[in-house]
Amino acid sequence: MLDSTPAELDTGAAPLLRTVGLTKRYGSFLANEAIDIDVWPMQIHALLGENGAGKSTLVKAIYGLIQPSEGEMRWQGEKMVLSGPSEARSRGIGMVFQHFSLFDNLTVAENVALGLDGKESFKDMSARLEQVSRVYGLPLDPKREVWQLSVGERQRIEIVRALMQNPKFLILDEPTAVLTPQEADQLFVVLNRLKAEGRAILYISHKLEEVKRLCDTATILRGGRKVSTCNPKAETAASLARMMVGGEIKEVRAPANRRTTIPRLVVNDLSLEPDDPHSVRLRNISFELKGGEILGIAGVAGNGQDELFAALSGERLAQDPSTIVIDGHAAGHLSITQRRKLGAAFVPEERLGHGTVPRMKLSENALLTGHAASGMVLHGFVNTAATLKTVDRATETFDVRKAKRDPEAASLSGGNLQKFIVGREILRNPMVLVVSQPTWGVDAGAAAVIRQALLDLAAAGAALLVTSQDLDELAEITDRIAVMFHGHLSEPLPTADASREKLGLLMGGSTLGQKEAAHAVGA
Amino acid sequence: MGLIEAIILAVLAASTPLLLAATGELVTERSGVLNLGVEGMMIVGAACGFGGAWLSGSVIIGALCGIAAGVLMSLIFALMTLGLAVNQVATGLALTILGIGLSGLIGSRFVGEKISLAPHLYIPGLTDIPLIGRILFGEDAFVYLSLALVAGVWFFLYKTRAGLILRAAGDNHASAHALGYSVLRIRMFAVMFGGACAGLAGAYLPLAYTPFFIPGMTAGRGWIALALVVFASWLPGRLVIGAYLFGAVTILQLHAQGWGVGIPSQLMSALPYLATVIVLVLISRARTGGSTAPAALGTVFVPDR
Repeated sequence: MLDSTPAELDTGAAPLLRTVGLTKRYGSFLANEAIDIDVWPMQIHALLGENGAGKSTLVKAIYGLIQPSEGEMRWQGEKMVLSGPSEARSRGIGMVFQHFSLFDNLTVAENVALGLDGKESFKDMSARLEQVSRVYGLPLDPKREVWQLSVGERQRIEIVRALMQNPKFLILDEPTAVLTPQEADQLFVVLNRLKAEGRAILYISHKLEEVKRLCDTATILRGGRKVSTCNPKAETAASLARMMVGGEIKEVRAPANRRTTIPRLVVNDLSLEPDDPHSVRLRNISFELKGGEILGIAGVAGNGQDELFAALSGERLAQDPSTIVIDGHAAGHLSITQRRKLGAAFVPEERLGHGTVPRMKLSENALLTGHAASGMVLHGFVNTAATLKTVDRATETFDVRKAKRDPEAASLSGGNLQKFIVGREILRNPMVLVVSQPTWGVDAGAAAVIRQALLDLAAAGAALLVTSQDLDELAEITDRIAVMFHGHLSEPLPTADASREKLGLLMGGSTLGQKEAAHAVGA
Repeated sequence: MGLIEAIILAVLAASTPLLLAATGELVTERSGVLNLGVEGMMIVGAACGFGGAWLSGSVIIGALCGIAAGVLMSLIFALMTLGLAVNQVATGLALTILGIGLSGLIGSRFVGEKISLAPHLYIPGLTDIPLIGRILFGEDAFVYLSLALVAGVWFFLYKTRAGLILRAAGDNHASAHALGYSVLRIRMFAVMFGGACAGLAGAYLPLAYTPFFIPGMTAGRGWIALALVVFASWLPGRLVIGAYLFGAVTILQLHAQGWGVGIPSQLMSALPYLATVIVLVLISRARTGGSTAPAALGTVFVPDR
């Protein structure tokens, strides 16, 4: 199939796919409202929008996963009603999912077979799989089980699985969110090749620079409606962002008079064995973080960031107390509560289930981290007034939008819950704040509020350690950036010197400093 | 007939209902559904199986009645957990309690009646071979059927596309749904298969083991079957080994009492469960990653449409 271009592709008058007034209603909520888009062959068409703008709903309808409530889709000029994904696939629509649709305990070949319609034998399919992955430079071992593979390899399975159907139309939902810049570049080569082969690509992304580089057309959604269709190459990232948000995003500004003070968080040669087969061994991690400073930790997910967070927060204890020093006190052996009493605060990556108990009220969640070092508990009894006051202060200071005064954590949207969690910790006036993925899956407006709060906290003299997958975020707020790879932490680079290329190399495991270090030893 | 031969024959007979019920539950669990109602489905299968055989005079009709009863019970479970997305553990436990009551009601008029047991195979020459003849060629049809069933399930799970899809639904229902598979329909069939096997396993008891029905005659075999699936780490091949091992323990327990061995019988009856716990520990130590149990086991799935 791959030696020839797909059959029946003509770049004639009708677009490959056109949606006309496509609407999807969930109860009274309009996820998509009268959306018209045209996707042409040999085109990479970006779909932009904030979380909840309706991008996923739209592509689910195109892939046949949900039925539109109103409106229609036209495929090559003719009306198309899809009974389900397998019909979409048989027409030539392929999809690469954001949260991979893979089966961890099945092999690569079995995963690919599940995405096909099973008309060829398993053996033929496996042979074709190897051929396709070779032709497109996406190497895969068909016999490995998925749980053994890295994130990048998992995405390769998704892409190869879609390509095995020889699609005319390929949907990719935020494919680069989990990739290093270099891996993303390799993906773009593949996508440009697919485009040159005459296929159409619908590309969902949050990364505007990437969209400007790669895409020919962009459709922007906001609140379930189409705002505009434009040529992203003719726009700026700022103008695209304005259309997505529907107004100016508050600029995040670093307070001018920020000074670094004494070391607040020092990590000396911290190593930690993994506690389960999936986790990463921390190897000889050292850094020093002063008050007033923000250190960023970049890296592809799963390289030890979670383990480092657990070690710093006290969820796992270090063997040697002196490996972690908080404000001059050896703390490696201390519990979370004891570390909080030393003035440290922690914001984990996962909001629901780690940062908060989903089915507990906000005031109860405030108590859970605030009980040790604030007036919330008196003689063993909970001071409800104090917990409610924390909720009110967080609400006011950080613009947390919620339906009532003290709702369950799970009822808040991601952005608002994240503002509450960050606010809850900042209101305790910590001297050390360790925060993981502060704006992951948060809309641009809330992200700006959170980043500003972090900068203000640093200006007030606290030391901040920020782990993030988002290099733009790290560039915006940090003073230095270090990279985690396989449990090692690189030497921090000043943010001004940390180009995407350098960080990308470090994220891929090369060691920039090695040559220089060798020179130093030689001299 | 030697003592060893007698013991082996007794072990095979005691193991067969375990193997039948566990094979069904294995398929159910592989699709991601944990049905703790095996004991309940079995006991209803026993009552209906006996009733069918007694009324019709045919063991085959009795077995079919047992299967049908098991399927009907499993459909209640499917309606609750798949249709209404109710918690599977709670529903399974309720199904067992319901089954025990229901079987008493159905079976009350059959208590004290007697039927003739399922005939054993007899091939002149082969069955007469000393020692192994009766063991290999002189069993009732259920014994051969149970082994064929395990082989069939193994072939289905690992060699057919439908089996692959079933395992996929049990590993990650969200992904299976995203690829366009009807998770609920797959699971419904798996639950029904589990019900059919449990019903047959229950019917085996009055049709081939003891020729009468008494309330509560499954005596915890459904729970052992559940433990057996875990013991086998969800692999059909190990199910056979586990079933005969667990069957042997129950028989040994009887003989140990007869021989006056000083092991408390309660300890002996706890052995299958102890063995299961030990196997679980061994599995989790031996694996370096991934998961042995179906990853979506016991989770409720509601598709968005």
